[in-house]
Amino acid sequence: MLIETLIGFAFVAALVTFLVPDEVAGRVGAALSVVPLVGTLWLWAQFDGSGNALRGGTLAFETKYDLLSVSGYQVQWFTGLDGISLPLVVLTAFLTTLAIVSAWTPIDERQSQFYGLMLFMEANLLGMFTALDFFVWFVFWEATLLPMYFLIGVWGGPRRKYAAIKFFVYTNVASLLMFVGFIALTFGGLGDSIDTLSMPAVAMALQAGGNVSSFMGLAPGTLKLVAFLAMFVGFAVKVPVVPLHTWLPDAHVEAPTPASVMLAGVLLKMGTYAMLRFNFTMLPDVASDLAILIATLGAFSVIYGAVLALAQEDLKRIVAYSSVSSMGYVLLGLIAFTEFGIAGATFQMIAHGLISGLMFMAVGVIYNTTHTRMVGDMSGLADRMPVTVGILIAGAFGYMGLPLMAGFAGEYFIFVGSFHSTVIPMAPLFTAAAMFGIVVVAGYLLLAMQRTLFGAFSLDADYEVGRAPFHDVAPLAVLLLAVIALGVKPDLFFDMILNAIAPLVGGGA
Amino acid sequence: MVTAPPMTPTYLLGLTALAVLLYDSVRTDEGGAGVLTGISVIGALASLGTAGWFLTADTGLVGGMSVFGGAVVVDGMSLFFTALFAAVTVLVILGAHDYGPVDGRRGELYGLVLLAATGMSVMASANSLATAFVALELASLPSYALVAFLKGDRGSTEAGLKYFLIGALSSAVFVFGISLVYAATGSLLLPEIAAAFESGLGDRTGIAGVGVLMIAGGVAYKTASVPFHFWAPEAYEGAPAPVSAFLSSASKAAGFALAFRVFIVGFPLGAATNAGIDWALLFQVLAVATMVVGNFAAATQDTVKRMLAYSSIGHAGYVLIGLAALSAEASTNGDVVGAAMAHLFVYGFMNTGAFLFVALAENWGVGRRFEDYNGLGAEKPFAAVAMTAFLFSLAGVPPLGGFFSKLFLFAGAVDAGLWWLAVIAVINSSLSLYYYSRVVRALWFEEGDHDLDGAPTALYAALAIALIGTVALLPGFGPVIETAQAAATALFA
Repeated sequence: MLIETLIGFAFVAALVTFLVPDEVAGRVGAALSVVPLVGTLWLWAQFDGSGNALRGGTLAFETKYDLLSVSGYQVQWFTGLDGISLPLVVLTAFLTTLAIVSAWTPIDERQSQFYGLMLFMEANLLGMFTALDFFVWFVFWEATLLPMYFLIGVWGGPRRKYAAIKFFVYTNVASLLMFVGFIALTFGGLGDSIDTLSMPAVAMALQAGGNVSSFMGLAPGTLKLVAFLAMFVGFAVKVPVVPLHTWLPDAHVEAPTPASVMLAGVLLKMGTYAMLRFNFTMLPDVASDLAILIATLGAFSVIYGAVLALAQEDLKRIVAYSSVSSMGYVLLGLIAFTEFGIAGATFQMIAHGLISGLMFMAVGVIYNTTHTRMVGDMSGLADRMPVTVGILIAGAFGYMGLPLMAGFAGEYFIFVGSFHSTVIPMAPLFTAAAMFGIVVVAGYLLLAMQRTLFGAFSLDADYEVGRAPFHDVAPLAVLLLAVIALGVKPDLFFDMILNAIAPLVGGGA
Repeated sequence: MVTAPPMTPTYLLGLTALAVLLYDSVRTDEGGAGVLTGISVIGALASLGTAGWFLTADTGLVGGMSVFGGAVVVDGMSLFFTALFAAVTVLVILGAHDYGPVDGRRGELYGLVLLAATGMSVMASANSLATAFVALELASLPSYALVAFLKGDRGSTEAGLKYFLIGALSSAVFVFGISLVYAATGSLLLPEIAAAFESGLGDRTGIAGVGVLMIAGGVAYKTASVPFHFWAPEAYEGAPAPVSAFLSSASKAAGFALAFRVFIVGFPLGAATNAGIDWALLFQVLAVATMVVGNFAAATQDTVKRMLAYSSIGHAGYVLIGLAALSAEASTNGDVVGAAMAHLFVYGFMNTGAFLFVALAENWGVGRRFEDYNGLGAEKPFAAVAMTAFLFSLAGVPPLGGFFSKLFLFAGAVDAGLWWLAVIAVINSSLSLYYYSRVVRALWFEEGDHDLDGAPTALYAALAIALIGTVALLPGFGPVIETAQAAATALFA
């Protein structure tokens, strides 16, 4: 019941925060968000699961009871954690608290609504990462859209309405596509061979093989392919995978900083998490058949995102495009189907969540002070805001994959895994192509930093540019510590991830 | 031992109407609105409570009990719908308590609403075509007066006249259809009509077919479905907003309650199809036409109330799936009709809530257009949050009630093999998000300048109840859908 208590608490916290006066909402929201954070750390400490949740592993903190039945399928409240979902749950609670604290400075109107929505989003994210019944999972999955839609649309930048509606339409259509694909596979293909839509039941039934029947004139093999593609495209929008990424830069640039942190840090991971659970765990044979396509998309996203980042002038846009690039690594690691590939991809989700959160937050702190994010508008910031700039540089090196930081561990594991993959044809070639992305990343980050942070201070402004307040810098420092901790000791999460992905591996060392 | 008559919930509604009218005629003071509202709400709540009690307690009523020589039947379905009508009545009366334009004439308004609700409750119970017609008129006549309630307002008067003319025509069509069915089968009682269908109609099949078609026309009028939907946008826009809420939620549900019983019990699909009267096919066509017309028209409106009116036509199209996806001897029939009933139930809360927000906006003196709602979210957060939940629920966004009822409804269509109908419905439902989100956008994203006075208590209470009904269905949907499907399955027994 621990998971349910935490989710329920987050919903209540959202309501309470929504109702308190604006002046105290930021403090109340932050204080309340500590409870789910401590709770998830407790879950981490007490974690006793083993194996993969969808392959008959032992779940930690499992709860299951019947809710209602849809056309002969039992809908269950079914939650639990394995080595894949636990790190993401911890990441969610961790980033929510930090994002809420980082919002104290920039959010200066309708605060109680803002913090209420942040906590509402946290509740749904926790539900989404822990739910193991398809319907419950889908409800949480969709419900995370609404708070983000409002966060962008109400507190965003000048083009917030366009960005919000674009975000909403893209991800909602994608969800619909994914929903149709999954329903066709289960209602149509599996039919009566399952009696619930719990994700383990579906995965086990598919793994048993031979029980997918034809549906609507599609042969079983074709049905699986169509369902795979529908789900893959649906999740790829969320990740986002090039060429379905165009909503992301708009959403990121217009979103207020704390929402960007959650968007890049957690919401993008929903896509890769769901891909891992649905596409790569339920239909690994179809994924293997499409390996060359998926690996190409992954490698292409890496290069394309990095090259686009190189061409940007807006710091936030640079970080946004580099997210596209980083999520490409995750896709490459997943399709490798090797121990290090999938585990590295899962680890990279956490690492990228922390580092991109750090980068967006640091850019936000700079923007709070300078009121501009354009690279050409400023130089020599290191002189005025030494701490913030120091952390930003550290984060940027984390992005570039400096050893002993989390990004290095994630990317290294992925490269090792994909290099040895037997599923991807010409795996070393794809790996090499993706590795080249790191060079570009280093290029644009160093270039942007050199232009904005170093040299003589100059900024055309009639206001004082000075040190950021403590509560702006503290979350940055905490994030940096987390990035270094995971880089020095990846085993904090990597062991349990390895344990959870072991049943999925079938494609090489 | 005292036994309550099976029709107690219906009687309570009717008696409350009489009590309200009586008090209104003897009261001397001008400020008796609170007492009137109190009587009406307590009466409607009593009806709701009795219906809920009959449904859940072991009274043997869910299986069905005939009264008045079989002309009226009380069963799970009639109780389910009566509970729905009573709930909507409570919301509407609370909403009207604070609605400025009806000041000083609340007694008449409440009396008419309660009388119409009584008629709707009888419609859900009608087991004979004669009862059906009388009940339909009992529900319709107060509705005409309600639409034209704002005597000094041109829009209201015009809408009332339009509604009355189309209503009179449709009633004539309906009663003509009844006479043809009587001519073909020799009875007005639904079970006996069914028996006549089962034993073959011979050369009277053609007469019966035309009769069934005309009765379907009467149903289409009451549910605001194509091709008898023209009155709906005018009537909903011209009527006082609480009345629009009442008509678009309760009146539509009553039309469907009547349709479910008359078509399922009276014209059993197996026998009807064998005779060439395939009414499921007719409803498939109507369902598609209704949802497409409703949704596309809603997307092009300028005023919120008119948009809601067209969206209400679209929802009638979804509910028609409940009749369209039936087939003889199929085991899924009960589930589909149950899902349609559950959708009407959820719709009763979310749609009434949305119209009540419009009533609130009219009370505040905010204009009717989308732009006039700009910035209301910042000024009146609670009401705007409630409206946002209603709109997203209408659009079928998880985790709100509308998502679940649509899910069951569309899953029912797929189960019945009508996956193309489900696909059309899903496309329409996705489109609807566009026009509902226009209101959300105005409420929250745009800046507005308003001078709004006050938060009327009763109207806010009604919004809160509707909000609970929309949101609480997340954990509470199981009982609703199970009750509805059990009641619907009993119809096919």
